[in-house]
Amino acid sequence: MTRYLIIGNSAGGVGCAEAIREVDRRGPLTIVSEEPYPAYSRPLIANYLCGETSAERMAYRDPAYYDRQNIEVLLGQPLIRIDPAERIVQLKSGLSLHWDRLLLAIGGTPIVPPTEGLQEHEYYTFTTFDDAMRLAARLPHVRQAVVVGGGLIGLSVTEALVKMRIGVTIVELAPQILGRALDSHAAMMARRAVESAGVRVLTGRTVARVHGRHSGERAVGSVTLDDGTEVPCDCLIVAIGVRPRVEVAAAAGMEVRRGIVVDRRMATSIPDIYACGDVAEALDFVTGDNRLTPIWPNAYLGGRIAGRNMAGAETLYTGGTAMNSLHSFGLSIMSAGTVDPPPGDAGYEVLRRQDPTRGSYRKIVLQNGRIVGMIFAGAIDRAGIVFGLMKNGNSVDGFKERLLADDLGLMSLPRDLRQQMLQQA
Amino acid sequence: MSQARILANEQVCIGCHLCEVHCLAEHSRSRHLIKAFKKEQPRALARIHVEEDHPYSIAVQCHHCREPLCVYSCLTGAMQKDPETGIVSSDPERCMGCWTCVMVCPYGALVRDTQRHVIVKCDLCSHLVTPSCVAHCPNEALSFVKVDS
Repeated sequence: MTRYLIIGNSAGGVGCAEAIREVDRRGPLTIVSEEPYPAYSRPLIANYLCGETSAERMAYRDPAYYDRQNIEVLLGQPLIRIDPAERIVQLKSGLSLHWDRLLLAIGGTPIVPPTEGLQEHEYYTFTTFDDAMRLAARLPHVRQAVVVGGGLIGLSVTEALVKMRIGVTIVELAPQILGRALDSHAAMMARRAVESAGVRVLTGRTVARVHGRHSGERAVGSVTLDDGTEVPCDCLIVAIGVRPRVEVAAAAGMEVRRGIVVDRRMATSIPDIYACGDVAEALDFVTGDNRLTPIWPNAYLGGRIAGRNMAGAETLYTGGTAMNSLHSFGLSIMSAGTVDPPPGDAGYEVLRRQDPTRGSYRKIVLQNGRIVGMIFAGAIDRAGIVFGLMKNGNSVDGFKERLLADDLGLMSLPRDLRQQMLQQA
Repeated sequence: MSQARILANEQVCIGCHLCEVHCLAEHSRSRHLIKAFKKEQPRALARIHVEEDHPYSIAVQCHHCREPLCVYSCLTGAMQKDPETGIVSSDPERCMGCWTCVMVCPYGALVRDTQRHVIVKCDLCSHLVTPSCVAHCPNEALSFVKVDS
């Protein structure tokens, strides 16, 4: 029997385990997690912070899940070394485990910039349940927070803090918030929504120095920005992104660029070792090359493909792309693919529709008659039809304008295509 | 394992919207047509919608896909596919209203309950022999079929 070992117990690890069990019910399967908790929904840590959900309701799978799937799970066990020749991983606890097929779904680690005074003072990152609990314990003493980074994580923690009636200043280095996911118009819509909740948004700025409340104390009292502005605060959160945790893989001799490089089977350069999720550079179906797309759905999908291949059911990854849907400060925004092509690049065609009365904005980016990017903001229903056309690479010549209309639906598609879709599933 | 789904035939759909009406009623608290529309607040939501493009119309609801992107993409685990019945369902207790599933559903079949801020969707009326929309379709544009997976 094949022995499966999965390092990482979040979306990628669970996706892999579920796919393995669809193919192989009996092979011994172990999931190892550095975190001491059963799989939980990472995006929900913001909801936990503001008391909207509980630890129980954050569970990504029900409590009986691991037993039912015949999965052994080892929690609180950091990985320190992989020995591909001996097919062994070593854990920090001293335990070593054998494998026939190994998945690395070990995610990313928060990026903390080298800022003067930062390490001498108390700051928080916000990617794990432990982070959320640490921050929650601190909140009763917090009135003013500074959030460094106006990306998805920065926005989610900001919204939770606002719900707790804490004043927030977002400091974002780029000229706009959600810079990588949105174009300037959608980013401005998001900014207005955030600001109308009383949040101060400072773009094009960074924190140059962190000061204690009193000298020698770890508690934060203020930050100084790069333009000299001083922002008083009693809590500092650093949320500028994550970097793939490639060190152990690189030390084992795996091909690593920005992330662990995987092929369309999600296999790494070392036989029988697979990788997925935030740590892996996998196919992007929009650009056609390998890149990091550190988002939850791609981790699960990649894990699923890895699991099928690990269990012997050859399956090729059709690719993921940068895609996000968020409902934040009362505004729903979706974006996927290349949303902001280089200005003046004649290879792209951009369709836009704005409806200020409904507060909606839709944008579709085309290349050679096919969709390569989309933004839906405000009016988002049935956006998946456009996403599906993009993922399938359908030509949208002849009906592209209809995809921006309020009545977007299957009826917007040519009859043949619609019939073909309806017969599938 | 056999799985079921609803098939829609636009050749014979007359665009009467009765499927929406009966879906709403079936998913109301009273499961009574008049009470569901006249008495219950907030009013239940239909999980099927009729699209029209004269002379054609078609009813759209969840296809309970074999490879359900909504399930794979769900950020919380609220969206699940039952391995026995194949029914894709969303747990309102765990749905966070991020609408990622809306972004990836190629049929545009998921319904946002904007009052409770959760997804509601077709459950194939698993408590009935025949889904209510199918049972009340006057021209048999909707049919309920078992598919072997």
